[in-house]
Amino acid sequence: MVTPIVPTPTPLTTPFWEGCAAGELRLQHCVNCESPFFPPQNRCPRCLSSDIAWAPVSGRATLYSYMIQHRPAPGFEDRVPYAVAIVQLAEGPRMMTNIVGIPNTPEELVLDMDLEVRFESRETISLPVFGPIGSMS
Amino acid sequence: MTNRQAVIVGAAETTGLGKLPTMSNLDLHVDGAFNALADAGLAPGDIDGIASIGSDPIDVARALGIHASYLDSTMVGGCSSLFHLRHALAAIESGRATTVLITHGESGRSRVGGMHFGFAPDSNIAQFEFPYGPVGPPGTFPMGLLRYMKTFGLTHEQLASVSVAQRQWAAMNPRAMMQSPLTIDDVLASPILAYPIHLLECCLVGDGGGALVVTTTDRAKDLDLPYGAVRVLGSAEAPEAPMISMMEDLTTSRAFRECGRRALGEAGLSHSDIDHLMIYDAFAFLPIYGLEDLGFLGRGEAGSFIAEGRTAPGGTLPLNTNGGGLSYVHTGMYGMFAIQESIRQLRGTAAAQVEGVEVSMAHAVGGYFWAAATLVLAKA
Repeated sequence: MVTPIVPTPTPLTTPFWEGCAAGELRLQHCVNCESPFFPPQNRCPRCLSSDIAWAPVSGRATLYSYMIQHRPAPGFEDRVPYAVAIVQLAEGPRMMTNIVGIPNTPEELVLDMDLEVRFESRETISLPVFGPIGSMS
Repeated sequence: MTNRQAVIVGAAETTGLGKLPTMSNLDLHVDGAFNALADAGLAPGDIDGIASIGSDPIDVARALGIHASYLDSTMVGGCSSLFHLRHALAAIESGRATTVLITHGESGRSRVGGMHFGFAPDSNIAQFEFPYGPVGPPGTFPMGLLRYMKTFGLTHEQLASVSVAQRQWAAMNPRAMMQSPLTIDDVLASPILAYPIHLLECCLVGDGGGALVVTTTDRAKDLDLPYGAVRVLGSAEAPEAPMISMMEDLTTSRAFRECGRRALGEAGLSHSDIDHLMIYDAFAFLPIYGLEDLGFLGRGEAGSFIAEGRTAPGGTLPLNTNGGGLSYVHTGMYGMFAIQESIRQLRGTAAAQVEGVEVSMAHAVGGYFWAAATLVLAKA
């Protein structure tokens, strides 16, 4: 059976995946200019400071854009059609994700709708996905 | 006084196009190279520089028996050939090379002797995008389109009209893979590959390639060129984002905006000077982004502009006149074909020839907004 891709952490990204495993969305924050950023890197993309700290974010986001996949990626055969979305976190950064807890149709997936993070188990990894607020299943 | 200003003296595509199951990537490079050399009246022994994508320039040098002193394997996706041309101008004008051969060949459909695209499992894209199941270019590249549609009111019908307009150009081109007439209803009735993109809003997948020969103005004078040489009046290149989710704004390309401004600035021209335009159309939404981000139209204006037929045959701004990646051919990396059509229009040899083309712009994107490049071309 084909399974979906499981992320392979690097030393740089391990704190992110450890946060997910603990049920917490953690991002890097620049200590100098106080801006959170994603994906992980060793210097702040805004001010280039290397003074970086990991900290949890709220997990709140809005739906920025998406595409509904009608042909499945390997391991997604029983989910098709499913949305691959980009969400905008309340703290600013965007990330790619899946949308859960709501039918993945153009009618139900309304841009700018409020979402919150939850975590989906995938082999050794806990993967951040997003769903409507308060609809935890 | 010597004139090292670089000009394009040879330009040709592969003999065949579309479905070429017996030819490898390298075979396509070599076929296109011989056609472009014949076009310039030159032989492989006249070449001292090689740039290529689809096959390594080392392979191309070996296959053509060229002891090159200049190699460029810049690989930034489908706009790489525009980068190669831009770099070749600099190499020639600075004396690092005299005559550069730029080749592209890609067995995109038949997959014979192809290149391998891959990402390490611990790369950013494999950690933060692939686990969510975006499927290839159709399921990834137009990721910002719904946001664009909501922001500017672009309709599904207007998006479909991009494919319809380009098919009108392709209908006049015997080499185009798809030539039969197309309606907006046809496009919207085609299968959805990834909402909101329909099959007929996606580029073709074909085999083919092409090549260019660039040399000094002095050397060009000694050649018997039936259509004359072509000069690059202005050019630009820019990176954008290594992952689509990292773009600053998914409704506009920063790289397109910067390239358009810089290329026109270098040429000392304005938009009204451009008689003919090529915008890399891996998907129907890209000419919309291109027209706006290159500065031909204001934000949100391109959908109705195209739907009104302004870029179609007889329109005020002829766009993608070979039929584009949507109807002519798309091998995976299309930039070379955009350059070739700009040159044909300047020479007056295009299948769907536009009258009085003195200046042509060719613009291409690489990857999913990884990079972009723009050329402003004219007869030398």
